[in-house]
Amino acid sequence: MRTILFILRKEFLQIFRNKAMIPIIFFMPVFQLLILSNAATYEIKNIRFSVVDLDQSRFSRELVSKFTSTGYFILTENSFSVSEAEEGFRKNTSKLVLNIPQDFEKNYRKNGKAELQAVINAEDGSAAGIIYNYTSNIIQQFASGVVTEWTGLPEAEKSPVINISYSNWFNPELDYKTYMVPGILVALVSMVGVFLSGMNIVKEKEIGTIEQLNVTPIKKGQFIIGKLMPFWIIGIFELAFGMTLGFFIFSVPMLGSPFLILIVAGIYLLVILGMGLFISTFTNTQQQAMFIAWFFFVIFMLMGGIFTPIESMPDWAQTMTLFNPIAHFSRAMRMIMLKGSGLQDILKTLYILGAYAVVMLTFAVIRYRKVEG
Amino acid sequence: MYIVEVKNITKNFKDTVAVDDISFEVGQGELFGLIGPDGAGKTTLFRMLTTLLKPMSGYAKVLGFDIVKDYKKIRKHVGYMPGRFSLYQDLSVEENLKFFATIFGTTIEENYDLIKDIYILLEPFKKRKAGKLSGGMKQKLALCCALIHKPDVLFLDEPTTGVDPVSRNEFWEMLRKLKEQGITILVSTPYMDEASLCDRVALMQKGKTLSIDTPENIISRFKKPLFAISSENQYSLMQNLLAYENRDTIYPFGDFLHYTDKRENVSTDEIMKYIESLNCKKITVKSIKPNIEDCFMALMEEN
Repeated sequence: MRTILFILRKEFLQIFRNKAMIPIIFFMPVFQLLILSNAATYEIKNIRFSVVDLDQSRFSRELVSKFTSTGYFILTENSFSVSEAEEGFRKNTSKLVLNIPQDFEKNYRKNGKAELQAVINAEDGSAAGIIYNYTSNIIQQFASGVVTEWTGLPEAEKSPVINISYSNWFNPELDYKTYMVPGILVALVSMVGVFLSGMNIVKEKEIGTIEQLNVTPIKKGQFIIGKLMPFWIIGIFELAFGMTLGFFIFSVPMLGSPFLILIVAGIYLLVILGMGLFISTFTNTQQQAMFIAWFFFVIFMLMGGIFTPIESMPDWAQTMTLFNPIAHFSRAMRMIMLKGSGLQDILKTLYILGAYAVVMLTFAVIRYRKVEG
Repeated sequence: MYIVEVKNITKNFKDTVAVDDISFEVGQGELFGLIGPDGAGKTTLFRMLTTLLKPMSGYAKVLGFDIVKDYKKIRKHVGYMPGRFSLYQDLSVEENLKFFATIFGTTIEENYDLIKDIYILLEPFKKRKAGKLSGGMKQKLALCCALIHKPDVLFLDEPTTGVDPVSRNEFWEMLRKLKEQGITILVSTPYMDEASLCDRVALMQKGKTLSIDTPENIISRFKKPLFAISSENQYSLMQNLLAYENRDTIYPFGDFLHYTDKRENVSTDEIMKYIESLNCKKITVKSIKPNIEDCFMALMEEN
């Protein structure tokens, strides 16, 4: 037991002597929260678009001003040729071309029907989807507004429409920060766990200190605990620090118990640290360890539901998330922070993470050996 | 009881035989040298004796404990100084020493007597990071760390490689003092001239031992008269002597060529005469006593 303390003391001495460590621990969470939570959002503003208005009527001008008045669209070009307007796609000066044909207003008044074309640059599929939604919403609103104005009747009477009223639970304003901050905290804790721990052990191999250490009475278990515990402590500290920042600076709700989050994180960190240890058993340099850790980290991150909803993935990918510790942790984290879920609600997640931790650590400990064949 | 007992030990790395059927014993308080060039198998042998590597066949005992079965007991009682500097470069001299003392369950103060002579030289730098020390200082620190738990036997893998001649002499002086305190020491080195500083040596080449004996005995077994020859143009002299029908062996040794003749009782004058016939200038020929390196070369030739 005392030996572990001695190793821990040595590890902390080295960790805090490392010039890169303090900035990583204190500035990384601040920067990540500040930048990512503000930048990683699905809201698109300032969509540049061009208009080909062949109608030149009151209707067409009103429609265009409807777009510009939303604040989401910026009109960059007015032209009379479709190909000229589409040139803007290639130059990347516009994302949307609105083609208003001749007799747009006339047809509408005569037949109550009119056509127009919206061409969207779909290089970025998800952005295109969002632009499409905005566009069709605006046109719909415009159409119903026109109806009211021209017929003098309330729109509900003109055509039977089912009005859907929305209500967004747990994040009523659909604030992306509320959604992103828990995810970013998960990423933060994972990075500390996978990278720092794995690299730390491999460093002993790379520099050769493991040779000296292996010819001492230090037991395998003591060494592993002494190596992993500092990063477990740093990870937990990092999360607590990040949650405090999120709560006070980003006003992210904390409906559940922060201690429950720390308990989940404690188990989750065991999984991640086990992974780091496992990687360190079959790599000899920090570079190798870094690449392998990145490989897993990127897959786990992108498929873990932090940035894209798991529900939008294909079935096979959704099944795979069952084995993705990041997915379990980020789900539990959002449940507790945003919905106020209690221990009972996340018990299943805890079991899964716990089982994962046992498997991962057992694997890693078996593979780690002091004597070579 | 022998402190170290090695019996027919063999270790392969895939197709290469690193240590090939080696046996020897080291007694209490001996300073035993493993001498041989790079790739002779010295480090592999040390790593097996310090329980970092398992042998393929044969066995070895350190302090009476089997290196495979009782490795845990061995680790408590041996000091190991790997060839490569293996201390924490980002920790200070004092912190390194303290760390190794504590994990062996002891303190610097408890065994200060043993390291005093060495540590005194390091004391002025005790707050300095180990990575910032000079080569000689690093080596002294490594020795201190290997000694801090008062081991019964020390394994020093090429401790003097890459260290300046003054520090090398100092280091051997330290080893001599440690030996006086009853510590058994196994040391490996590629420098033949260090052999005479050991009580007994094992000359090693390509995983095999060529000879195991005291340096004096090894040298006394070199029976042939040995000559040191030099002239103005060493290269052409060497070429000529290589072509000489009476030549037995010839090796360049610094400024001289070490030469043995096939004829028995050949005199300095006879050799001198032959070389003069080659139109060489400024010739010196003298009869010399063989050193360990001459013996090593001769033994290599025999094998």
